[in-house]
Amino acid sequence: MTQMNMLQAINNALDTAMAADERVLCFGEDVGVFGGVFRATSNLQQKYGKARCFNTPLVEQGIIGFANGLAAQGSVPVAEIQFADYIFPAFDQIVNESAKYRYRSGNLFNVGGLTIRAPYGGGIAGGLYHSQSPEAYFAHTPGLKIVVPRNPHQAKGLLLAAIHDPNPVLFFEPKRLYRASVGEVPNEEYRLPLGEAEVLKEGTDVTVLGWGAQMEVIEQAVDMAEKDGISCEVIDLRTILPWDVETVANSVLKTGRLVVTHEAPLTGGFAGEIAATIQERCFLYLESPIARVTGMDTPFPLVLEKEHLPNHLKVFEAIRSSVDF
Amino acid sequence: MTTTKSRVVYTPSFTDGAEFRIPTFKVLKQDGSLYKGAKAPALDKDKALRIYRTMVTTRILDERMLAAQRQGRLSFYMQCTGEEAAVIGSAAALDDADMIMAQYREQGALAYRGFTIDEFMNQLFGNELDYGKGRQMPVHYGSKKLNYMTISSPLATQIPQATGYAYGQKLAGEGHCTITYFGEGAASEGDFHAALNMAAVQRVPVIFLCRNNGYAISTPAAEQFAADGVAPRAYGYKMDVIRVDGNDVLAMYEATKAARSLAVEHNRPVLIEAMSYRLAAHSSSDDPSGYRSKDEEAVWREKDPILRMRLWLERKKWWSEDDEKQLQETMRREVLETMKRAQKRPPPALETLITDVYDEVPPALADQFEKLKAHIRRYPDAYPKSAEHAKGGA
Repeated sequence: MTQMNMLQAINNALDTAMAADERVLCFGEDVGVFGGVFRATSNLQQKYGKARCFNTPLVEQGIIGFANGLAAQGSVPVAEIQFADYIFPAFDQIVNESAKYRYRSGNLFNVGGLTIRAPYGGGIAGGLYHSQSPEAYFAHTPGLKIVVPRNPHQAKGLLLAAIHDPNPVLFFEPKRLYRASVGEVPNEEYRLPLGEAEVLKEGTDVTVLGWGAQMEVIEQAVDMAEKDGISCEVIDLRTILPWDVETVANSVLKTGRLVVTHEAPLTGGFAGEIAATIQERCFLYLESPIARVTGMDTPFPLVLEKEHLPNHLKVFEAIRSSVDF
Repeated sequence: MTTTKSRVVYTPSFTDGAEFRIPTFKVLKQDGSLYKGAKAPALDKDKALRIYRTMVTTRILDERMLAAQRQGRLSFYMQCTGEEAAVIGSAAALDDADMIMAQYREQGALAYRGFTIDEFMNQLFGNELDYGKGRQMPVHYGSKKLNYMTISSPLATQIPQATGYAYGQKLAGEGHCTITYFGEGAASEGDFHAALNMAAVQRVPVIFLCRNNGYAISTPAAEQFAADGVAPRAYGYKMDVIRVDGNDVLAMYEATKAARSLAVEHNRPVLIEAMSYRLAAHSSSDDPSGYRSKDEEAVWREKDPILRMRLWLERKKWWSEDDEKQLQETMRREVLETMKRAQKRPPPALETLITDVYDEVPPALADQFEKLKAHIRRYPDAYPKSAEHAKGGA
């Protein structure tokens, strides 16, 4: 075990994967000798050479197109998009190509080796274009997996699982936690399961669900609620697509209440999908409407970021309202 | 650090690049003789006939399948007509282990590799033997064993993928390369620029083959770009480039052979611009009479690449009137017979609706499938293709 922050854990996961399999390649804008603008790929070029860890030209659609081709060829590309906000030029390559490679070829070809890493989320005074959480756009695309870690231990275990998963995976890294989240991380290789939520805390009155950096927010809100005598069950979804309906539904069947929170805007956000599925599965057990605590339906602001974000106070209020309904 | 080692001037000086005029490489005249100073490539009789037979086969397949579409037997079709030399001449210059990542009009390259008429038909009719399991529209072929990547409708997406694929081949070090085909219209997409730039920077063994056939559906090349074709863009990437008469099979073969050696032996990506003409409509859904004249088409019909190669073969005494008659009859019969066979085959099993989205079917999708089967069991007459398959399950 070593104390690491989330960036070190990600760097360690990439190092582990590259050491174990020479087909693993890391590339993207500035990821070469510089090690990425956040330093997630530090020392990888020095260790594994320029052929396996390198800078690309500044062209996201090219990075992912190139990565798709590499994966189809049998390599294991880990492509970095410098910020999730800049993934959209690659939307076509991800949504029409990565996601559909296996299906459209009748499984003759696939890009299962592909992992796309991107720093994501707000809370760093990044304004419109260094703060977005675009998971819902991709969650509408069968064929992709979408994973968001909440701490260094998860970051390493889930990233290694993503790299080895035989399907293309989008790995969104909450950049607010890059240096803020520190914890014990095993030195050896380990993988955490994709498609499985994690129940962090059992409770009886209300289920509170989130992923990534929102789990810290949930923790604070739940502390406040428990002081008021509300017993909360806390779930980290971990994988957005395909998501673990069973774990969430079983929890809500028990508690009768659900609060879902994410940073992305409300309308069309993934909380809507969760709410629709859970009311279908748990209709007669629900004691109150499913609550969504999310970013507002605006572009991501700068100076008023705090007002925009679904912080612990807003989540606490939603827990209270749900229980008091 | 700048990469420009530039001469300095002291008055403003502009250039539009007009001094770079890229010539067109030609070998074969329309009458089957060679241009003065041109040399026929080293092509033995067997290989020359394999190319020619593939060109004729492609033409016949295209004619018959367009007719089948008109008769309502097929939902959609796209012809290679007029561009057979550009596609098959280039494919013939590669190794069978080289990867082909095509756009959608390169069935000739796949036929050259040995895709059988049965295999074509199974895809066109989307029956149970289609490798793509009936999921894609006609002409979206693919073959793992023949190293031909399954076609994808979005334009130009295959071009940066070819760069990536070839980068993997370079790392593997087995001496293989990738060729990617696309039209001059697709070359306007951002993916084209991304692909060529990345290939040049990383010195990737990839051949970019632009079929400049004059039209992107109805849009003429003159409304696609202001420059002298697509070829001059290679200068901007510092990439080797050649422009070839795309209706000249010998020139296409020779140019691609040389491009392959640059790519594989010297890690130099190459852009080939094949100048040709799309003699047929864009697809079975298109009608060219709305945007170009019969006279213009007639000019290009005179430059038929298949006839040109046939005249060359006849001059060499490698081909005769009888050979031609026999090939035409055999292929027409085979196409008709296989079409009937393919059309009669059942559709893919209902389960293929949900397999291959992921390597394994996720639980939520399995639930959706069980619900669908239950629904089909309630309304079997509404789903004649799958009522039989829906019988099992909860």
